[in-house]
Amino acid sequence: MTEKEIKKTSTQSPSVIPLKAKFRVTVIFFIVLAFYLFSSFKTESSITEFIDGIGNMGELFQKFFPPNLSLFQAIWPALADTIQMAIIATTAAGILCIPLSLLAANNVTTNKILYNIVRFLLNILRTIPDLVLAVIFVALFGIGALPGIIALVIFSLGLLAKLISETIEAIDMNPLEAMQASGANTIQTIYYAVVPQVLPQFTSFVLYVFEINIRASVVLGLVGAGGIGQILDQQIKFYEYPNAMGIIIIIFALVVIIEYISTKVREAIV
Amino acid sequence: MIEFKNVSLTYPNGTKGLKNVNLTINEGEFVVIVGLSGAGKSTLIRSINKLVTATEGELLVDNENILTHKGKRLRSLRTKVGMIFQNYNLVKRSNVFKNVLAGRLGHTGTLRSLFNLFSKEDRSLAYESLKRVNIEEKIYNRADELSGGQQQRVSIARVLTQKPKYILADEPVASLDPPTSHQVMTYLRKINQEDNITTVVNLHFIDMAMEYADRIIGMRAGEVVFDGPASEVSEKTFEEIYGRTIREGDLRGGTEA
Amino acid sequence: MMHNLPPKPKRSTFKTVRNILIGVILAGIYIWTFMGIDIDFAKAVDRMTNNYARIIPKLLDPDWSALSDVWAAMVETIYIAFAGSLMAAILAIPLGFLAAQNMTNNRVLTTIGKWILSAIRAFPDIILAILFIVVVGPKPFAGVLAIAIGSTGMLGKLYSEVLESIDTNVVEAMEANGANKLQILVHGILPQITPEFLSYAIYRFEIDVRASTILGIVGAGGIGTLIVFAKMNRNWEEMGLILLMIIVVVTVIDLISTQIRKRLV
Repeated sequence: MTEKEIKKTSTQSPSVIPLKAKFRVTVIFFIVLAFYLFSSFKTESSITEFIDGIGNMGELFQKFFPPNLSLFQAIWPALADTIQMAIIATTAAGILCIPLSLLAANNVTTNKILYNIVRFLLNILRTIPDLVLAVIFVALFGIGALPGIIALVIFSLGLLAKLISETIEAIDMNPLEAMQASGANTIQTIYYAVVPQVLPQFTSFVLYVFEINIRASVVLGLVGAGGIGQILDQQIKFYEYPNAMGIIIIIFALVVIIEYISTKVREAIV
Repeated sequence: MIEFKNVSLTYPNGTKGLKNVNLTINEGEFVVIVGLSGAGKSTLIRSINKLVTATEGELLVDNENILTHKGKRLRSLRTKVGMIFQNYNLVKRSNVFKNVLAGRLGHTGTLRSLFNLFSKEDRSLAYESLKRVNIEEKIYNRADELSGGQQQRVSIARVLTQKPKYILADEPVASLDPPTSHQVMTYLRKINQEDNITTVVNLHFIDMAMEYADRIIGMRAGEVVFDGPASEVSEKTFEEIYGRTIREGDLRGGTEA
Repeated sequence: MMHNLPPKPKRSTFKTVRNILIGVILAGIYIWTFMGIDIDFAKAVDRMTNNYARIIPKLLDPDWSALSDVWAAMVETIYIAFAGSLMAAILAIPLGFLAAQNMTNNRVLTTIGKWILSAIRAFPDIILAILFIVVVGPKPFAGVLAIAIGSTGMLGKLYSEVLESIDTNVVEAMEANGANKLQILVHGILPQITPEFLSYAIYRFEIDVRASTILGIVGAGGIGTLIVFAKMNRNWEEMGLILLMIIVVVTVIDLISTQIRKRLV
């Protein structure tokens, strides 16, 4: 082989990644990067400021620490409220989502129009943040646990109905056919053929939503919708940072404990 | 008595499932319908309990035209027509007893059934049915713990618990091995003779059809192309029904265990 | 008439005791809940009948004159979510590797990684925002940081799960080839994980857009700031527009992101 020929073949050797793909990836990369820089600029995010901020962390530590954990007794009632709100909201959402998820499952609801309407409504429900719902319900019902519970119910209803309708869509349809062929009516068919297939996942999803609701109900108080968040809000407004940090740590412990229990139960079920 | 009078069925997508079918199935008969897959066997059997609805003609079950049945009347038709499926169609997560009791749902009020309040009669009937197919020792096992043949026996017990006048079986042995297939067919035959339940079975194994049937109906492309007593049927008849020579896959093989 | 009833099912005493225990605990929880919760329904209903006309019809009649303000705030929300998600997508990579059993062959380190990630996840975004406001002041940057840290918890966990499920045969083959650690990482591991990492990062961006809409309630920028003003001024027409804006933008972003993720995997 002459040198010239070698050179020729080497230019013909294919590149590992096709040129076109390389180009496209590069372009996307730069677009993402540019948008990131732009976003950082717009949100006044800057590393220097963050480093300054970290410097302030020392100050912050002094502000927040030592956290006042002795107020546990004082805030226990509010913490109990928070847990109770999450329990009631999850229970209500768990019951209400049953008809909704049946309507949003295309193997049970064969009427396409009805199915699509329910799906559409559920999607909208899930886009509204729980705190925004809480703001509106606090205005409607006044400060307290009730608006918080309603906000949680509505928000978790959208999520739960979606998760469960997807489970229903994945079930084995054969037993349903058998029930119908033996003269069972719709309610009996659902109860005997759908419920046993969905029940384990249903319980698991309800517990999962309960975890989410605990975390959400913790902060609902920030807008006056009851529970521990309301006390946290006050403490911050009064610059009682050690108290605030104490509350945050207690909230943290609560969330971790409940998530641990719930995860263990869910593992045992499925 | 089941009568098809000029029955045709066109699916919404335009496919013809049945073309001008005329049949009379008499009390106590054990009829086997044979044909290639797609010949309309399933459509024929499923139109009897209106899982699919014939679009033309008249379909009489006990002298009632069922094509107009809806709601309560449809359900009462279905309570007297039991059905057995290829895939057994049990609720896999429920236990055997609950699956068998489900056969009584058509006879049980909605509220009662929601609280599992089946009467003593129903519960002992379900147990007796399990005994008749020799699977009573699995009563509290979950359905998915059983083998295919056992599951099919449970589904026969479910149909027995329904106390039907007719039994439809749609390819009941297609998912089973030869010995189990014969076992299931033997049970069906025995029930047909002991309880005088009119039985219509879809099969595509010609040796099994000849062994168990009183009468054989052959179908091709939605039409009935043969109808006669099993004694008159030979391999030649099947070649005519199938429109091709008989292959090994058309035979189940094995004998009654 | 004699009925031949089936034998009673045999239940192990363990199961019976367990079921009774579960029942008692559940009953206890619900009794505690309903005894403890203090809701004055009469008062609430009374208030609602008074307030209904002042709020609900106005919510459904958005104030379009505020459109440009609301749009600007929504755009800022998206910036916060984007900057935060991207930071998280990168921050989560080392943590994901740390928490993945098959990448970090050290039980202690893996456990520490998993603990860090679940600890982060236990903090609601809003609480993080409150903390960062103290650090950098009440502005969008605090929101960005809250989103970045909050998302790192979930992304790190998802990343580590992706890493734990990769096909190790490829890695083995490369080790046998004599490739060094970095080469294995680039040619053996990265191609397997990149699509899923990206897909999760985009999914998290969807969640972050939703999360960023409320950060303004505690002062961390975005459309939440307007929510607070609208609530203080009882300007429910503007609140209606804000709600509509959130619903539309979140839906559109969800649709786009779902499409992109479908192509990625």
